[in-house]
Amino acid sequence: MAVWEVFRQEREGAPFQHGGALEAPNEEFARAYAIELYGRRNESAALWVVPREAIREIDRPYVAEVFDRDYRRVDGYSLKVKLKEARERAGTVSD
Amino acid sequence: MAPRTEDAFLAHVQQGGQVETTDWMPDDYRAKLVKFIEMHGNSELMGVLPEREWILRAPTLQRKLALTAKVQDEVGHSQLIYRVVEDLGKPRDQCLDDLVAGKTKFHNVFHYPTKTWGDVGVIAWLVDAAAIISQKALLKCSYAPYARIMKKICWEESFHILHGRDVVLAMVTGTAEQRELVQEAVNRWWGPLMQFHGNPIAADDDPMYLWRIKSQGNEEARQQFLDGYVPQIWELGLTVPDPELRKDADTGGWHYTEPDWSELKQVVTGHGPRTQDRLDLRRTSREETAWVREVVLAEAA
Repeated sequence: MAVWEVFRQEREGAPFQHGGALEAPNEEFARAYAIELYGRRNESAALWVVPREAIREIDRPYVAEVFDRDYRRVDGYSLKVKLKEARERAGTVSD
Repeated sequence: MAPRTEDAFLAHVQQGGQVETTDWMPDDYRAKLVKFIEMHGNSELMGVLPEREWILRAPTLQRKLALTAKVQDEVGHSQLIYRVVEDLGKPRDQCLDDLVAGKTKFHNVFHYPTKTWGDVGVIAWLVDAAAIISQKALLKCSYAPYARIMKKICWEESFHILHGRDVVLAMVTGTAEQRELVQEAVNRWWGPLMQFHGNPIAADDDPMYLWRIKSQGNEEARQQFLDGYVPQIWELGLTVPDPELRKDADTGGWHYTEPDWSELKQVVTGHGPRTQDRLDLRRTSREETAWVREVVLAEAA
C-alpha cells in the first residue's frame, strides 16, 4: 500500500489545491478512491493523484533578504508625494 | 515550519500557528492528536450504524436515498480522518482493531437505540447540529492536515442538518401521531445532546485546548448549540424536557439542569444501551469482508 496525495480543482480554470491523502495499492485503486472520496458529490472539476514519494518539499522557499528588495513589490512604490509635486510643476493641480 | 523545542512549539500553536505532518512535534502533542482524531474517526464510522438501521424502513424512496447518501458521507469522513491518524503514526488497521476491542472511544450519542423514524430526524437535525459546532471549531485546529479535511467534512454535514430538519418539519406538519414521535425523540435525545460537548472543564485546563487542537471550550460549544437550536425547537411548538432551561437576559447565557455526567462516563466507556451490539456488528462485518481486502491487495500486488 502506498500513500497518494490528492489535489482538487474546484471549478474549471481554478488552481489545483491539496485536498488530502489516500492509501491505495496501485494507481487504478488510487483513481477509484479519489473519485469516491473527493468527487462523489461533484465537488471537484478535476483531480490529481500523486504518489507521495514523487513530491519534493522545499523547506525554506525564500530568497535571503540580503539587501532592500522593495522594488519587487507593490508596496515598494509610494507615488503620492511625487505625483503631487509633478502636478504642481505642471500646473495641473485642481482646487 | 513549527519550532523545534517544546516551549517554542507551544507558543507557536497558541499564537494561531499551524503544524504540518513533516514538522517536528512534541510527543505529547502527537499523542493528544492521535487520541482526539482517532475518536473522531471512530465516531464517524460508528455513527452510521444507528441510521443504517433505518435505511430499509425509511418511509419514502427519497428518504431512503438521502439516508444512504448520508451514511456514505460519514463512512467517507472516517476514511479521511483515519488517513490523518495514519500519517501521525497509527495505522488504520490498528485503529479498527482497537475500536472493535473496545480500547478506544466513540461519541456518546452513537451508543443509543433509534426507536422510531422520529429519532432519525432528531439525530440528523440536532445530533448533527451539535457535531457541526465542534467540527467548525476544528477548522482552526493547529494541526493543518486535519483542519484542511474538516473543510470538506463541514461542507457535507450542512446537507445532513437540512435533511434532518426536513424530516422533522414533515413530521410536525403531519398527523398528531407523527408530531408526537418527534416530541418523544427530542425527549429521549435531550440528555445525550446536553452531554455531547463534554463536562464544563475550563478551556485553559483542557489539554486539547492548550495545544489548540480544539479552538473552544466545551461549555462554549454547548452554549452555542443551545443558542442556535433551542429557539428552532420551540418555534415548532416542541418542548425541551428541562424545566430549568432558559436564556439569561442579562448575560445572554443559557441556564440548564446539570447534565448527567456519570451517564456520559458509563456510556463512552462501553456501557451504553447499544454499545456492544454495534461493536459486534462492526467486528463481524470486519471479519466477513476480510477476504475482499486480501483479494484486492493480492490482485494489486
